[in-house]
Amino acid sequence: MQLMKLMQRIKHAWHILRRLSGDDAYEQYLKHHADFHAASVDAPAVLSRKEFFKYWQESKWEGIKRCC
Amino acid sequence: MNKNLQFITWLAVGLLGLFALSSIALNRGESINALWLITAAVCIYALAYRFYAAWIAAKVLMVDETRATPAERLDNGRDYMPTNKWVVFGHHFAAIAGPGPLVGPTLAAQFGYLPGTLWILIGAVLGGAVQDMVTLFFSTRRDGRSLGQMARDEIGVIGGTAALIGTFLIMIILIAVLGLVVVNAMKHSPWATSTVAATIPIAMFIGIYMRNIRPGRVLESSAIGVALLLLSVFAGGWIDHSQTLRVLFDHDGLPLAYAIIVYGFAAAVLPVWLLLAPRDYLSTYMKLGTIMLLAVAIIILRPEIHMPAVTQFVDGTGPIFGGKLFPFVFITIACGAISGFHALISSGTTPKLLANERDIRMIGYGAMLLESFVAIMAMIAATVLEPGVFFAINSPAGVVGKEAIDAVAKINSWGFAVTVEQMNQLAKDMGESTLFARTGGAPSLAVGMASIFGSAFGKHLLALWYHFAIMFEAIFILTTLDAGTRVGRFMLQDMLGNFNKKLGETSYTPSVILTSAIVVAGWGYFLYIGVIDPNGGVNILWPLFGIANQMLAAIALCVATAILVKSGKLKYAWVTGLPLFWLVIITSTAAYEKIMSDDVRVGFFAAANDLSTKLGAGVLPADKAAVAPQLIFNQHLDAYLTLFFVLVLWLVIADMLNVCVRNCLKKPVLPLSEVAYSATRLS
Repeated sequence: MQLMKLMQRIKHAWHILRRLSGDDAYEQYLKHHADFHAASVDAPAVLSRKEFFKYWQESKWEGIKRCC
Repeated sequence: MNKNLQFITWLAVGLLGLFALSSIALNRGESINALWLITAAVCIYALAYRFYAAWIAAKVLMVDETRATPAERLDNGRDYMPTNKWVVFGHHFAAIAGPGPLVGPTLAAQFGYLPGTLWILIGAVLGGAVQDMVTLFFSTRRDGRSLGQMARDEIGVIGGTAALIGTFLIMIILIAVLGLVVVNAMKHSPWATSTVAATIPIAMFIGIYMRNIRPGRVLESSAIGVALLLLSVFAGGWIDHSQTLRVLFDHDGLPLAYAIIVYGFAAAVLPVWLLLAPRDYLSTYMKLGTIMLLAVAIIILRPEIHMPAVTQFVDGTGPIFGGKLFPFVFITIACGAISGFHALISSGTTPKLLANERDIRMIGYGAMLLESFVAIMAMIAATVLEPGVFFAINSPAGVVGKEAIDAVAKINSWGFAVTVEQMNQLAKDMGESTLFARTGGAPSLAVGMASIFGSAFGKHLLALWYHFAIMFEAIFILTTLDAGTRVGRFMLQDMLGNFNKKLGETSYTPSVILTSAIVVAGWGYFLYIGVIDPNGGVNILWPLFGIANQMLAAIALCVATAILVKSGKLKYAWVTGLPLFWLVIITSTAAYEKIMSDDVRVGFFAAANDLSTKLGAGVLPADKAAVAPQLIFNQHLDAYLTLFFVLVLWLVIADMLNVCVRNCLKKPVLPLSEVAYSATRLS
């Protein structure tokens, strides 16, 4: 039982780490697409992982991201 | 019962904090344990967060949990996106915490550990964290609008333009001084230079890996990158020991400065995915990892602080930078206590990610407290060194003399014990040829960190720890340099776009090259002057950066105060008005002294006049006479730049006061630009 709890904690921490680093950004995007766009008639085409990442990285670096 | 327990707990925290604070403030003995600083800091942060920040959130800002945030209303799955509060906290902290809180306290340690520590604690709790939190709140209520836009909407065109110009100039000065810090750490150090150089191809390799080999696998790529960086620290040691290879990386300051200038230009025009983004990943992990390691090491080791509480240099004769305790300790420690730059992050990316307004206290106020804690650790790392060693590393050759024997004699004459043998042994332990006059704060911080890590995790690895610390500082200094140059480029393109539409396009290559070159030339100039300056350059550039950063903070607080008054919360306007008042006093006094002082180590004009008199009389040695005209020109330029900063600040204040007074007299002012209420649907 204890072990199960620990495993769950580790899983949760891993989840947070992935979210923080952007490791799961593509999965997030797919989910967003399925939730908000897939049902509509003029749904935009789903990007491939590579295309999405290219776009995501560029949009992440617009504006002030780091300071002193 | 539960309430009573809570009361007792908080009372205990308060008493412990008070006890720790009085121990560090009243101690006049030989040395004090660093754990007292940590205890005082943690207790003060806890109390401030639990009571002051909660009160501001509830009563002053009236944070509304039921209100939909811009992330929810404008959710587009990209920049606007409701995000878990810990994730937002991580992004926000990674964005605000740069090299500033490490360098500032190290330099300010020349006054002793006490003044800097008190300012870091009080400044953060009443100033910096308040600024970050209210800016985040007001931007969240305005769809995540930037500080410049809010200034324009709420105060007027003058405020908006001032914020824009202020941001651009502060960026130029900041990059120059950070570049100088890296140059001083690499000067005649093949180990440091080769390790720092290796970070560039490593970042590029990770960039290609992340984009083409394993697209989007961010964690996997970063793990490989971090492993390669650690390897580069080892490899630097091998290069240093090889007689044929070490000469390739053994350089004077000037060639290193040119290399950084070329690198900065390349980084600004290359696509982000190749260099900037992967470098940023690596630097963020390095930064978080090393800071945690330092905290753990300080807690395990509980080092003694050897620096006196207050040194004689409060009278303005300090070797690291000239100027009295007031106002210069408040200028030197900007980040860590209050940093205007944070207002740009708090009004940029972060408000677009907030899922609920109730997270504002933790993210705005909490992240700044953590940054302040980093500054406290930097203060500890600087003050655990023997004061004689600290001053030997940080005093420029122009002040203590070029020869080791002269420098040691001078430092001994101040009453701080240090010997040439001791410094030689230390340099040998750290794998360096010399540690004298390594100004800029990075080397002394690295020695402090290496000695803390060395005692906690093994002494025989001192040289590795030292170069690890240098690499860690260099990698995120270079990230700030890349990112800052790019931001400067975007801002310049935006401004030029008003005159020529084509120049405003961020993807138009001639415009990219032109604007990048202008920005790089701007900071490259200050970097060049800093390197040829025999007094080390840091003593000129760092105060200039401090004044600029505090000016930006004052602008952010002006915007916040104006909004509070306009929302009918005049009785709470002191929450932002008080830190604003203090910032205006310190920046104005510092600027006045930098311009008007007769002391050649403080006043820009005094220094310029002194130098031209000496040049005219022919008493300067040939090498100094050769650079004197450039230094004189630069001192004049710095004086006018300082004057400009203060004028901009007073202009914004006058504008803000005008808005407040008009509002109180019920005369028309610009309307509040807050977006109307809509209820949240998120659970």
